[in-house]
Order: sequence, then C-alpha cells, then structure tokens
Amino acid sequence: MDARLVTTHARIGPIPAPPRAVLPGLSPAWRRRLASLAWGLVSLGLFAGLWEGLWALDLVNPLLLPPPHLFLADIPGTLRYFDRSNRIGSVASGGGVTALLITMAWTTMRVFVGLSLGFVCGVLVGALVHYVRILRNLLLPTVLVLAPISPVAWLPVAIFVFGIGDKPAIFLVFITLFFTIVLSTGAQIESVPKTYIHVARIMGATGRQTFWRVVLPAILPSLFMTLRLNLFAAWMVVLIAETVGVGTGLGQITSMARSTFNAKLVFFTMAIVGLLGFLSDFGLRQIQRKMLWWVGPGGAR
Amino acid sequence: MTRPAVSIRTVSKRWMPEGRAPVQALADLDFEVAPGEFVVLLGPSGCGKSTLLYMIAGLEEVTGGEILADGDPVTGPSAERGLIFQDASLFPWLTIADNVAFGLAVQHVPPVKRRELAVEMLRRVGLGDMLDKKPDELSGGMRQRAACARALAMRPKVLMMDEPFAALDVQTRSRMQDFLLQIWRDSGASVLLVTHSIDEAISLADRVVVFTARPGRVKTIVPIDLPRPRPSRDPRYHAYRDLFTELLGAEVDRAFAEQEALAAR
Repeated sequence: MDARLVTTHARIGPIPAPPRAVLPGLSPAWRRRLASLAWGLVSLGLFAGLWEGLWALDLVNPLLLPPPHLFLADIPGTLRYFDRSNRIGSVASGGGVTALLITMAWTTMRVFVGLSLGFVCGVLVGALVHYVRILRNLLLPTVLVLAPISPVAWLPVAIFVFGIGDKPAIFLVFITLFFTIVLSTGAQIESVPKTYIHVARIMGATGRQTFWRVVLPAILPSLFMTLRLNLFAAWMVVLIAETVGVGTGLGQITSMARSTFNAKLVFFTMAIVGLLGFLSDFGLRQIQRKMLWWVGPGGAR
Repeated sequence: MTRPAVSIRTVSKRWMPEGRAPVQALADLDFEVAPGEFVVLLGPSGCGKSTLLYMIAGLEEVTGGEILADGDPVTGPSAERGLIFQDASLFPWLTIADNVAFGLAVQHVPPVKRRELAVEMLRRVGLGDMLDKKPDELSGGMRQRAACARALAMRPKVLMMDEPFAALDVQTRSRMQDFLLQIWRDSGASVLLVTHSIDEAISLADRVVVFTARPGRVKTIVPIDLPRPRPSRDPRYHAYRDLFTELLGAEVDRAFAEQEALAAR
C-alpha cells in the first residue's frame, strides 16, 4: 500500500530544468525587447523578401512596383525632390538629408499639434457636454451628426476657412480625433465606478476637485487608448491635407511623385511615412507608460 | 446622558424608477447607535441595509423620517461618517500612501504633514511597508485595510462598512474581523457594519439589528452578551446562531416567495 504510494510520487520524476536562456548576461526586460525587435525585423524582412522574390522572378514591373533595393538604392537622387524651405510652391532646391528631415518634421508637427488640440479640446468639450445639461441638449445632436463625416470631407471647408498652409492640415487632424474624444469622454465619465465618486464626496472633495483628482485620472487611460487608435488615421489624413491644402510636406512629395510617374519616390515616401507612424506610436506608448504608470502593460483597463 | 452617535427616526426610503412602479426599500426604521458602539445590520440580500448606510453617510436622501448624526440632521456626506465599500475602492492611480492621504489632500493639509499622517495610519493597520505600492499589488485583505486607514485618517466618529469582507476568503476574513475589532477599540468610533453572514454578526457586534425582507424593517434588535473574543465552539455562540438562523430563515423564505411571484407575473 505504502510502496504503491511512493511509486506514484516517484513517477512524476525530477522537475525538468528550464531551457537555457539565450544571451545569459541580459535582464529579462532587455531580452524581451531584443526578441520583439528581432521579430519585427523578421516580419519586415519576409515582406520585403516576398516583394524582391516577385521582382527576381520577373513577376512585377520594376518601373511600377520597384522593390526595396531599387527605391532605396538611389537615395541621393531621391532626396533631390525634398525641399528645405517649407514654402508653398517653392521648387525643390538642394535637397539632401537635411531637407528630408525638415519635411518629415513639418508633417510630424502637423500631426502632433492637431492631435494635442483635438485631445485637449475633446476632453474639455466632452466633460462640459456631460455635466452641463443645457450644453448636452444643445451640442450633442450636432456632434452626433458631424462625427461620422470623414475628415477628408472637411478638407474644402478647412481651405475655405484657413486658406493654404499649415492650418488646414492641423485642422483635419484635429477633426479626426475631436468628435471621437468628445463622445468617448462622456461614455467614460459615465462608467467611472460610483464608489470612487462616493469616496471623494465623503472626504469632502468639491465638484471641481472630484473632476480633476478622481474623474480625469479614472478616464485618462481609455481616452489615451482612443488617441493611440486614432494616431494612424491622423497620419493618413495629414497626407491628404498636405497634397491639397498645404503645398509642402510628405503628402506634397507623394502627390508630385504620382504626377511625375516617379514610382521610386512614391515608395520611398511611403516607407518614410510608415516609419514615422511606427515611431510616433512607439513614442505615445512611452508617454502612456510614464504618465499613466498605474496601468499595466496590457494598455487601458 | 450622552447623545447617540446616530439616530434613525422613522426613516423610510422609496425608489422612484423612471417609468416603473415605485419600490418601497425601507420602512419605519427606528433605532440609535451609541458612541463607540459596534452595531451590525443583518438581513437577507436586497433588504435595503446598504441603502440605510448610504443614507447615514449622506449619499442618498431619506424619503421619510430623519437621520441625526451626533444630534444634527444629516444633509450631505461628511468625513466624520466614513464609509468603506466591499471592493475597497482605492484609486489605482495613487500609491497606497497617497490613497490614505487623499482626504487630507482634498482638505489642503500640507504634503509633509499628510504624508506623516498617512504613514502613521498605515502602520496602525499593519501596512507600514506598503506605502509606495500600487493598490493592484496588494491582496484583497490588504486593500481593505488600506481603505480602513483612508477612512480613519479623517478621524471619523462613525465608521460604516458595506459588506467589507464579503469578497475575501474564509481565513483572511476571520483575520480581518480581529483586525477590525482592534481598530474599533483604538479609534473609539462607532461602527456600523452591513453583512449577511450570521457568524460575522455574532463575532463582532455589540448589538445586531435584524432586517426583514423588502421592504426592509427592523425585525428585532439582539444584543450579543458574550465577552470577546467569541470562539464558535462556545454553546452560547451556538444559541445565537440558532436564533439568527431562525430569524433570517423566515425572511429569506419570504423574499424567495416574493421573487417567484414576481417572476410568474
């Protein structure tokens, strides 16, 4: 009887040793980061490889769909089309890496100014609409009618109102985020646990203190998530705005490349936009981690 | 004669849900809580005992009668009447120490002073080394202790608890009850605790207010004449348990019958 029990236990055997770690000198956090970087490279490599393969097999026309090694080969030639000045309608002069960086910086600026304005105004208007009954009755129906309109449809309006320049592009990015944030602010305030509000009231917090110290921190994580989800939309919209309403920036370059049938330049600019979009999402994630430190790595709860 | 910490005078509460028939939640409640007394409100779920706590806290309005706190009518919430919720409701964006100091911060106590007070309170509830942790990093029992510290930091005269240990496992629960008795003795506050656990009522209370099923009325008030601690093997403990089982059993049966009647309609 006893012996059988013992054998039952023995059969489980020794605990297997954990698999030996790659690069033992690194902390687990760095190892995770390296792993995700490696997977990122593999993913991109596969995509580029497939494209190159199709080119090598003569299945794609290099004039229409030049694979990465072609559109990245002649970078100095490509950079000729970028302009240092951010002046409307100025003919590309000089070009070079500085011009590329300046162009990228202008486009990025339009995205981030638009997003910041959209976020702050959206939260403020959303809170006012939620708390002030008369504003809710007056504004909410209009917001609901305007919210589904594509930002692109606002482009002519933006140009009529602001003229050609940075403002219409910033306005378009603003519109991309604004209505979504207004609506989700109201919904989020609604879903703040009632006990949080009760605690604040019992402790003697005024309405204003309750909003700034309890409601706002409670809703920020999910609003920030909304911001991140709309970041890519903002990058899409800013290119359209730049094509039509600004006359400079990455959108203008793409437009010019299209009309001059310069496929290399088209794909080069697309790659730059992809990179910027990725980097800005990465940046927002870092801000989220620092500012919303109580939220786990899984994002908004 | 000392003034009661809380007087509940013919209090009733009627909910008026939009588009539906009004619901009588509580009717003709009439009892008092002495300063420093430990009163447990025991009743079947849905009898409105939590609603009574909310009304004493000033978060809900009475629809009949009145509630006096320390002789003055309750008109709104006050830090003198602390309320602790089942889920502790600590703010996830503040550290434990900042959570405890929240009430002090709202009342513009300077940072150094409120940190000092928060540390002292957290030491008292046995969380002296958890100051800068996130609420997520604490166990359920620890979170409930921190919520106690947050309420106690305001030096309340009445400490109310809405099923504070219902979400905890059995072992933690009995530890927390010992802890609560100690806090209660140290602070000198009156405690009003809502529960549906008969054992919790017998181990803790000076007096147990037994509620009827909806509409909640006071069925009876039972003083527990046992010295603390109260081991459950004591025959007198058993006698109390039998008594409460019988009192509550009748109410639970009634509540069930009513729900079935409602469902059948």
